[in-house]
Amino acid sequence: MSGVNDFAFKSATVNGTGSASANSLLMQAIFRMGIPVTGKNIFPSNIQGLPTWYEVRVSADGYTARPPQIDLMVALNPATYAQDFAAVRPGGYLLYDSSWPLSARHRRADITLLGIPLGDMCREAFTGDRDRTLLRNVAYAGALTALLQIDLGVIEQTLNEKYGRKKALLESNHRAIRLGYDYARAHFECPLPVHCAPMDRTRDFVLMDGNTACALGALYAGATVGAWYPITPSTSLMESFKAFCQEFRVDPKTKLNKYCILQAEDELAAAGMVVGASWMGARAFTCTSGPGLSLMQEFIGYAYYAEIPGVFFDVQRTGPSTGMPTRTQQADLLSMAYASHGDTKHIVLFPADPGESFELAVTAFDMTERFQTPVFVATDTDIGMNDWMIPRLHWDDGFTPDRGKVLDAAALDQMQKFFRYMDEDGDGIAARTLPGVGGKGAYFTRGSGHDQWGTYTEDAAAYQGVMDRLKRKLETAAQELPKPVFQRQDGADVGLVTLGSPDAAVREAADRLREQGVRADVMRIRAFPFAPEVAAFLARYETLFVVEQNRDAQLRSLLAIETGTPRDHMIPVLDYAGLPMTAESVVHAVTRHLEGAAR
Amino acid sequence: MSSISKPTVRHPSERTNAIGLTKADYEGGMSTLCAGCGHDSVTAALIQSFWELDLPPQNAAKMSGIGCSSKTTAYFMRQSHGFNAVHGRMPSVTTGANAANRDLTYIGISGDGDSLNIGLGQLVHAIRRNVNMLYVIENNGVYGLTKGQFSAASDIGSRSRKGEVHEQPPIDPVALALTIGATFVARSFSGDKAQLVPILKAGLSHRGFALIDVLSPCVSFNDHEGSTKSYAYVRGHGAEAVATDFVPLRRTINVPKHRDEVTEVLMHDGSRVRLHATAPGYDATDREAAYRHVRACAERGEVATGLLFIDEAGRCMHDQNRTVDTPLVQLPFASLCPGKAALDDLMARYR
Repeated sequence: MSGVNDFAFKSATVNGTGSASANSLLMQAIFRMGIPVTGKNIFPSNIQGLPTWYEVRVSADGYTARPPQIDLMVALNPATYAQDFAAVRPGGYLLYDSSWPLSARHRRADITLLGIPLGDMCREAFTGDRDRTLLRNVAYAGALTALLQIDLGVIEQTLNEKYGRKKALLESNHRAIRLGYDYARAHFECPLPVHCAPMDRTRDFVLMDGNTACALGALYAGATVGAWYPITPSTSLMESFKAFCQEFRVDPKTKLNKYCILQAEDELAAAGMVVGASWMGARAFTCTSGPGLSLMQEFIGYAYYAEIPGVFFDVQRTGPSTGMPTRTQQADLLSMAYASHGDTKHIVLFPADPGESFELAVTAFDMTERFQTPVFVATDTDIGMNDWMIPRLHWDDGFTPDRGKVLDAAALDQMQKFFRYMDEDGDGIAARTLPGVGGKGAYFTRGSGHDQWGTYTEDAAAYQGVMDRLKRKLETAAQELPKPVFQRQDGADVGLVTLGSPDAAVREAADRLREQGVRADVMRIRAFPFAPEVAAFLARYETLFVVEQNRDAQLRSLLAIETGTPRDHMIPVLDYAGLPMTAESVVHAVTRHLEGAAR
Repeated sequence: MSSISKPTVRHPSERTNAIGLTKADYEGGMSTLCAGCGHDSVTAALIQSFWELDLPPQNAAKMSGIGCSSKTTAYFMRQSHGFNAVHGRMPSVTTGANAANRDLTYIGISGDGDSLNIGLGQLVHAIRRNVNMLYVIENNGVYGLTKGQFSAASDIGSRSRKGEVHEQPPIDPVALALTIGATFVARSFSGDKAQLVPILKAGLSHRGFALIDVLSPCVSFNDHEGSTKSYAYVRGHGAEAVATDFVPLRRTINVPKHRDEVTEVLMHDGSRVRLHATAPGYDATDREAAYRHVRACAERGEVATGLLFIDEAGRCMHDQNRTVDTPLVQLPFASLCPGKAALDDLMARYR
């Protein structure tokens, strides 16, 4: 299966030694050669010392899911030699640091070992422990440049752009690249059978992670208040937003900021700040992950009942509790859909990659104001922190934000009286006013029982009237939220349902399955509450698989609850060990089930 | 939060303030608190303060948490937006609201349970951020709505109505605020309107977080012998640090009748607070002295009241953030969205 422009390599290093920049250098160079490429960083919850891996998949066909197999392993961490040797496909290659002898335990007859004395070379060429350690990674990047036929000119140009102003650093990086490159050329047959050849398939693409894309979405949507508490893997979302604001939101004359970012004391307060700012009429958001989502439940319920906007980015990580903070999962689906006590239901948007994260982040701000209710944007570690190849982001200067039904002073002047929770239009959405608008628009916002006039009530019918209208409002939303995306083929009798980051693996799996004679249509859900098209799709197929990344088949439960589709009619395909999904795991689950059914 | 709408009764000769409003215009719904509740006196003092300051109701936002005290925002300024938050979380909502619109006057009303038990974390961080707001703790040392449990403000040795003796040390919000850098710290008593009104007015004019701890006896659960938050106890043990006169901008400055040592503090909006030291050598601009005074009073079994500390030079949240003068909610979308050309340029960075 592997070959030119169709292979994967993986580096196994020690966290905190600088391997991340070597890996992204290689990936960026391949991308600039016009070859589709993706990287998956599999890193520990640690600053320094624990094992870390980085997988790079090169795919002329543009597949972006985790690679099916590893053709070349760069094994630089003796602590993980055993598993790294085992991970190489038969006939593959393993590059190791031959400065130290390799134990007899680590031998495989069916792979080729490429020993390079990286440590010795760097000890000779550079001074200081820090440089020697960091540049060892750059040296292996140089070796891979030769072995995989990556364009050395592109590598050097990329380094120039990165370290252009830091002369000493630039010079030592160039030397380290050459060390590895020259050694590989002198000692091995370069290139290997798996290698790169220039193409022209990345011209309209960029490499971007989802947290950056969400931050850009918030910037472009006009968000002015961001409140947060740092938590992996969402931290870089607010940090990116801050960096973009410093670039685009500082008044050129006064040097004052047209934004306010509040690092809260905890996620309870972050949610409260979002609610306060949104109530005041600002576009406000927070970003968090599972443990933070648990703390935000109280305010999310409040915002649902008092009908206050707010965008909540949940970059999901492996739970429960602290779980595995740097690993990916989709296990907050139910927590988001029905967050907080009492009868609640929330809008959740599910981008599948960073490109769609940008788009749906903007949509989220419109939806939260149109429906005056919290909106989640659900990503995960894989989308949020990995660099994906995505189409260039586009913006239409004709865009006007949807601020929803907000009555200003002029509108209030036309009215006899204003009642906050009165459904004038029959769509379940009542008009609101913003503080400061004047006496007639004033009302009292409360999380306690209220009637349609906005006053406190413990009256059974008045309470129920408001609750029923909220239900109607979410039904209206289901019609107007982003529709599912379908990939269909003639004669398909199998349905694959998914959402979020597994999309890449599921679509690739559909291609693999077709090669095996199984025709499967794919529906990728993009929003909750579900559009009517979702139930229609589920009703169409005799055999349905629901692919997701959690143990308890939470998406299947949501589908059963919300569409009435019998649970047993939907076969769960679950991959929840913390790593991004592979197409193989989907293909395997589907074929195993179909074979079982045939017997 | 229950309230009964109150008929607007207006005496034809009722005085109006500079913006043409009568005191009745600053009222809200009918209180549903127990008769004689100290909180109702605080509400009356607030109404008096707003009226005297000519505060336009639409320029104010009333913020509160949960509890008897937090209900009172429904009992004043019916023409202002109000926000009755979840328990102990009013500071964060107000922080967010203020971030979005710095032009409104934020009036936060809380209680000892709301501020010192469930909400202590949010209170101290709002103080540290120096959010520009008035923060009144209507402190009765007891949980009223759940009928008589101790709060973090209950003193050691204080007895509940059922006779239980409290053994945990109290949190004194005034001492706490002084140690973490609060820029306006005061204490008063709900039954002392003459002291309370000038302090509320000064707090409303302070640029930054103005903490006012108001001892406010609970007539139902904590106004008995053995309570240190009862009317009788506070009247007998009050130790006023400084008498306060608040002189709003545009008004004639009244010379106080009993002038001992008078310190005049110029507020950020140009108005002035006049402090009359009744304790010898008391300096309300000296944080250390204020702390020593509060502790010394407590050791004598007295409650230090008055405007205890003020720092008009403190940097509020927006100063720290370097926010533009225009409220963020008033910035037009075109000035917030970088637009297509900028995004096209940005894309080069990701290749």
